[in-house]
Amino acid sequence: MPPREAEPAVKLAAGVAAGDKVAVAAALNLVEDRRAQTRNAVDALLCALRTLRPPGYGHRVGLTGPPGVGKSTLTAALAREYRARSLRVGVLAVDPSSLRSGGALLGDRARMAFDPQDEGLFVRSLATAGDAGGLAYAANAGVAVLATAYDRVLVETTGVGQTETDVEHVVDTVCLVIQPGSGDVLQFIKAGIMEIPDVIVVNKGDHGRLAQRAASDLQGALDRLRQAGLGGEQSAWTLPVLVTSARDRTGIDALADALQAHLASRTPSERAEKRSRGAVAWAVSLLSRQHGEHALDLLGGAQAVRAQATDALARGATPIGAAASLSERYLAALRAG
Amino acid sequence: MSSSAGSHKPADPPAAQKQRERPWIMRTYAGHSTAAKSNELYRTNLQKGQTGLSVAFDLPTQTGYDPDHLLSRGEVGKVGVPVSHIGDMRALFAGLPLDQMNTSMTINATAPWLLALYIAVAEEQGVDKKLLQGTTQNDLVKEYLSRGTYIFPPAASLKLTADIIAYTVNEVPKWNPTNVCSYHLQEAGATPVQELAYALSTAIAVLDALKTGGQVPAAEIPKVVGRISFFVNAGIRFIEETCKMRAFTALWDRITKERYGVQDETLRRFRYGVQVNSLGLTEPQPENNILRIVLEMLGVTLSKDARARALQLPAWNEALGLPRPWDQQWSLRAQQILAFESDLLEYEDIFEGSVVIEAQVRKMVDAAYREIQDIEARGGVIEAVESGYLKQRLVESNAARIRAIESGQQVVVGVNKYTETAECPLTKDLDGAILTVDPEAEQAAIAAIKKWRAGRDDAAARAALAKLRAAVEQGKNIMPPSIEAAKAGVTTGEWAAALRDVIGEYRAPTGVSGARLDQGGAAVSGKETVEALRARIAGLAKTLGRRPKMLVGKPGLDGHSNGAEQIALKARDVGFEVVYEGIRVTPEQIVASAIEEGVHVIGISILSGSHMELVPQIVEQLRQKGLGHVPVVVGGIIPESDARALEAKGVARVYTPKDFLLNNIMSDLVELVAKSAGAHAAA
Repeated sequence: MPPREAEPAVKLAAGVAAGDKVAVAAALNLVEDRRAQTRNAVDALLCALRTLRPPGYGHRVGLTGPPGVGKSTLTAALAREYRARSLRVGVLAVDPSSLRSGGALLGDRARMAFDPQDEGLFVRSLATAGDAGGLAYAANAGVAVLATAYDRVLVETTGVGQTETDVEHVVDTVCLVIQPGSGDVLQFIKAGIMEIPDVIVVNKGDHGRLAQRAASDLQGALDRLRQAGLGGEQSAWTLPVLVTSARDRTGIDALADALQAHLASRTPSERAEKRSRGAVAWAVSLLSRQHGEHALDLLGGAQAVRAQATDALARGATPIGAAASLSERYLAALRAG
Repeated sequence: MSSSAGSHKPADPPAAQKQRERPWIMRTYAGHSTAAKSNELYRTNLQKGQTGLSVAFDLPTQTGYDPDHLLSRGEVGKVGVPVSHIGDMRALFAGLPLDQMNTSMTINATAPWLLALYIAVAEEQGVDKKLLQGTTQNDLVKEYLSRGTYIFPPAASLKLTADIIAYTVNEVPKWNPTNVCSYHLQEAGATPVQELAYALSTAIAVLDALKTGGQVPAAEIPKVVGRISFFVNAGIRFIEETCKMRAFTALWDRITKERYGVQDETLRRFRYGVQVNSLGLTEPQPENNILRIVLEMLGVTLSKDARARALQLPAWNEALGLPRPWDQQWSLRAQQILAFESDLLEYEDIFEGSVVIEAQVRKMVDAAYREIQDIEARGGVIEAVESGYLKQRLVESNAARIRAIESGQQVVVGVNKYTETAECPLTKDLDGAILTVDPEAEQAAIAAIKKWRAGRDDAAARAALAKLRAAVEQGKNIMPPSIEAAKAGVTTGEWAAALRDVIGEYRAPTGVSGARLDQGGAAVSGKETVEALRARIAGLAKTLGRRPKMLVGKPGLDGHSNGAEQIALKARDVGFEVVYEGIRVTPEQIVASAIEEGVHVIGISILSGSHMELVPQIVEQLRQKGLGHVPVVVGGIIPESDARALEAKGVARVYTPKDFLLNNIMSDLVELVAKSAGAHAAA
């Protein structure tokens, strides 16, 4: 850790761990800062944060799905359910929509009526507009901050293109949200994206029979895939399909239970393994964001770069530090080449 | 009618002897401070020749809160009269025999409750409820889209609307149980065709709910159709408005005949009331507004076949603040001059046979009918509200309207053209040119509601509430237990809380996230172009390390969100990251959001007159949380002296309707962010 940045970082991290909202917000402001001169401070903060919680602490859940399926309302309902279970919740609402101007309208808060006095709930909106690294760059550091302050972190993002696969690297459990009668599921199966989710939710269960039928159709399709040996990674976990109505607040407790069950189905080492893979992906995305795909080629291809990043992380670097050393190696190779 | 050419005298009998049409009901939308003060106002208005009453309720009453609720702060008695229980309703109509009144109540989410109180007071006066005449607005669709005083989710709201209709159709048969509103759609930016289509689609949803909900036997549907009335806006393009009203009449006749099989022609008649447009009234050269109001009145009175049944006119100074009794009298006199001095009411429909009018009407009918079918294909109006589709369309239309004014394409005299003016004697004393509500009124109302609760039979009130709750849970008609609760001394806040508890609350889509801005048309004037602003914000993003972020907040109970929406859209367009939370948030929520979101600037929009209470609270709480460096700007109907007072309390800028060039506001915001970030970094 660069010594100059260490002291304020430790102080800020302590505030984050204590759940002080002003500190959490200041930490988020810092990790969103893209200036080169703040990179050391961000690195120092991440270093300080990870000393404050054990490696497998908490549960990070991603909610993803196409626009208009009611993710914001569902996220709000799930946050309320966690609060009712006395769990502290941090929400990161990621908006990948972008304008040429770089401007963004972050409307998620409008759907979340919340109590401003509640110290156990924190909601932050994040625009990833125009960022080539997409979700990975912006959300990882934000999640690291929120996961230190809160027991549960919900990352809500609209599934457009790349983000469904990106969100996998940021969270422990991916929840895919769809709505009845949309035909989205078929698209996902065709695109092979069914590998990603750990829990599937058919929201808008208030549409009644339509929702129930969508759920059972989906369950049937998944069963057939599994029988054909195509049902995603082999594990003890069977992908559940749930019906919720964020509007009528039904099925939310079952969703919280299913998410918890998914977490419990993994051994501590499996969880640690998943988070390490996420950290590697983060470091690699930082590198390619800075130098482009060419850096990966010059350093021996994506797999070799991942191995180098894994190595740096194992030696105690943060993903930012790992990316920095990869960057140095790339620049050296460039000069040599 | 025939007249001999060349004669300079009227060919027909003199006007005095001639058969004149009965004029429309003349009303003034009124109410403020307390029930007793408003009662006084109603009596004076009736003496001046007003023929109907139009009750303006304050926002806590409209959204179901008692004066001592946290959300009522600063709102009690502001935009209307607080009515918290039967005692207030009694005082509001003291000495006004309800069998002789024609009372319009602008009330929606809490309409069943206010109607219950009205019926209960009528019974106390010994008036048979079958004789009661008037209107409950009772249209929630436009609340989600524009006005913002909804409470419950759309489907549940539709059920409550249907309850009132099903109850009154037999029990209070002269009552207009719902006024389907296109008024607020126009205020939200709707084109005439959108007004026609969205309002008629709403009426269809209501009638369909009654038909399929089984609340009314099929045989009674024609009778129900005959009780549906409308509430319409009339803008300055008064020829087009005349055509719109004729199109409404034609479309309603067709829909009620084809869809609901109504054979009796009189039951298919399009009955409507009007408030002419307040949105187009200007803050600069406000005296011109009386002329606008008169022209707008013509749009809904000239055509006899499509003439308004009831008319209320705004006052000339509404863009400045609350109108005084004299201001309202001026508008009433305009109605009386048209009805009683002019010869308008001596003629049959003067547009009969006009090829030009007929062609325009046909065009509107066809376009609106297509739009109605499109909404039906999207699953109906409720689905189109929930999905945000309708709101998004309105936000887009409004952005186009504002852009036309900014660019000068749409002329607004005194605002973007002919702005030079001599000093106006009417506004010489600006603070004296509007009404100020007694600041003590809120404290008095809080004391009064506590006294009311202490003085009533609490066991009876509790029992009535339990019965009400059970009825809601069982899906029974809400009216009978509401009337019982009214008589048992239950309060507005208690009634609404019971329903909130069972049904739940709703937050409507803001419509801004997906809205597209049409960049076509003439260039917008202002200090800087959009491109220049984008470049400056991109530079600022580099200095700050992240993109400048703005919080747009709408504190208080006021739901008129058009201004907030347009600011949010524009800010996004020039490159801000914008967090918009929607309507009805507390100062505490705004401050919490500002902290959590890490914003660089906060924009507050208030139109209800509660700015002096709410804005200083926000500024003070920000300071306490260490965010005193984040600039706060405020927009709304804010009198000059209040603006200065707010600035003294730390508000960076105050914007009023005269600041119609959004680019200039954006320039200010960029400067404020740059300045505060520089100062904060240096500190």
